Amino acid sequence: MDVKPAPAIAVDNLVKRYKTATAVDGISFQLAPGTVTGLLGGNGAGKTTTIAMIMGLVTPTAGTVAVLGAQMPKQRYRVLHRMNFESPYVDMPMRLTVRQNLSVFAQLYAVPDEAVRIASLAVDLDLTEFLDRPAGKLSAGQKTRVSLAKSLLNKPDVLLLDEPTASLDPDTADWVRTHLERYRAETGATILLASHNMNEVERLCERVIIMKKGRVEDDDTPARLLARYSRETLEEVFLDVARGRQREVAG
Amino acid sequence: MTDTGLEFSLNRVAAMVRRYWYLLISSWPRLLDLVYWPTVQMLMWGFLQAYVSQNSGYFANAAGVFIGAVLLWDILFRGQLGFSISFLEEMWARNLGNLMMSPLRPAEFISALMIMSIVRLLIGMIPVTFLAIVFFGFNLWSMGLALVAFFINLILTSWAIGIFVAGLLLRNGMGAESMAWTIMFLFLPLTCVYYPVAVLPHWLQYVSWSLPPTYVFEGMRALLIDHVFRVDLMLEAFAFNVVLFGGAVFAFLKLLDSARTQGSLLQGAD
Repeated sequence: MDVKPAPAIAVDNLVKRYKTATAVDGISFQLAPGTVTGLLGGNGAGKTTTIAMIMGLVTPTAGTVAVLGAQMPKQRYRVLHRMNFESPYVDMPMRLTVRQNLSVFAQLYAVPDEAVRIASLAVDLDLTEFLDRPAGKLSAGQKTRVSLAKSLLNKPDVLLLDEPTASLDPDTADWVRTHLERYRAETGATILLASHNMNEVERLCERVIIMKKGRVEDDDTPARLLARYSRETLEEVFLDVARGRQREVAG
Repeated sequence: MTDTGLEFSLNRVAAMVRRYWYLLISSWPRLLDLVYWPTVQMLMWGFLQAYVSQNSGYFANAAGVFIGAVLLWDILFRGQLGFSISFLEEMWARNLGNLMMSPLRPAEFISALMIMSIVRLLIGMIPVTFLAIVFFGFNLWSMGLALVAFFINLILTSWAIGIFVAGLLLRNGMGAESMAWTIMFLFLPLTCVYYPVAVLPHWLQYVSWSLPPTYVFEGMRALLIDHVFRVDLMLEAFAFNVVLFGGAVFAFLKLLDSARTQGSLLQGAD
C-alpha cells in the first residue's frame, strides 16, 4: 500500500486582510516533498503575500500554513534553518563584499565548512570573480545571482523563489535554471517559484498554481492546463485566466 | 529543535557583530564621524566652562562638571544612536527580510545591536576622554568605580530606548526613522544633564526622578562638587533601568508581532 508522504508545504483556507484590502482570500494547496511548483499571477494577485506567510514574515488573518510540519509563524524556529528564499523585495547590504555577505549568512545558518560552500556556490553561479567586490557595485543580474547563492547556502529542504531570474540575461537565466534543476535532483528539495516567465515555469515546474485577486484560479500540471485551455503555451493560459476567459475556454 | 524561539546562539550573535564590523570598517568617514561630534561638543562645553568658572564661584568650585556632563550625556546619546543606526542599516539595505527569515532570534539580534553600540561608543569616546585631559585637565577615568556605575546605568537606558525605537521602526517602517535621531533629546532637559533637579518645577521633578539618567547626572555632580560617590543613587537608577529595559523588550516583541500582522516586515509586498 502506498503511503502518501506528508506535504512539505500545506496551506489551508489561508486569508490575509489588510485594513482596506484582501490580499489573499481563502486559498488552499499542498506541495509534496521534492516537487517544483510555479505560482503565477499578475501584480497584486497575492503571490508575494502568500510566500511571505509561508516564510512566517506575515501572520495570516485566518487559515493555516505548515512548512515541514511546523505551523507558521508560531513554530517557525523549528524549520527556518531548513528553509531559504530569494526575493527582489530584499537586498544584501551594499557596502559589504559578496564574500562578506555570504559569510555572515553562512554563520547565521550554521553552514559547516563555510568557505568551501561559498567557493562551490561561487563556481556554480559564476560569482568567483565578484566575491571580493562590494554587493552595491554589481549589476542587477549579478545581484540576483548573489541573492540566489545566499538562498542555497544552507542547502534548504524548502526553497521559496520570487522571480529568481528577473533581470538576468537569457544565457545566465538558463544557467540558473539548470542549477536549480540540478539542486532539486541532488537534494530532493521542495521549490515554490513565483514567476512571470512562462518559459521558466514550463521548464522547471511540474505543477502550476494560478492566482488572481487573492484566490487560486487554477491548479494543475502544465500539460493538463495547456490541454484544458486548448493553448500552445502557458503564457496564453495565463492571459486567459488574467482576462477572465477561463470559464468559457475551460468550461 | 524546539519552537519556543528562546534558544540563544552566540554564533548567530557573532555573525551579526561580524556583519556590522565589516560595515564599520568599510568606510573611514563613518569611523571619523564617531569621534567628530563628541570632540566638537566636548571642546565647546569645555571652553564655555573655562570662561564661566572665571566669573562664577559655583563653577570655580565645580571643576569639570560641564565636561563631565557632556561626556556622560554622550554615553547616553551615542549608546542609543549606535544601537539604532546599526538597526537602521538593515532597513536602509532592505536586508530585514533576509534576517527575519533566517534562524536569527530577536534576542540574538538585540544582543548584537547592544554589542555594536558599545563598540561604536568606545571608538568614539575613548579618544575624546583623552582630549579632555589634554585640553582641560579633566580626567574622566579618575572617577574609577563611579564611572563604571555611571556607564552601566547610562548604557542600559540607551539600550532600552534603542530597543523601543527598533520596535517602532519594525512596525512603522522608515516613517519612524526620525525617532531614532531625536527621541533621546527629550531626555536632555528632563534628566537634568547640566543643572540640578532642584531647578525644575516641583511637579516636573517627579517625572525627572522616574528617569534613570537623572540619578547618574545627580551622582556625577555629587562626585565632582561634594566628592561623594552616591551608591544609593546608582542602585535606584539600576532598579528603574531594569523596569525600563523590561518594558522596552516587551514593547519590541509586541511591535514585532504587530509588524507581522501588518505585513511591514516585507517591504514592497503586493
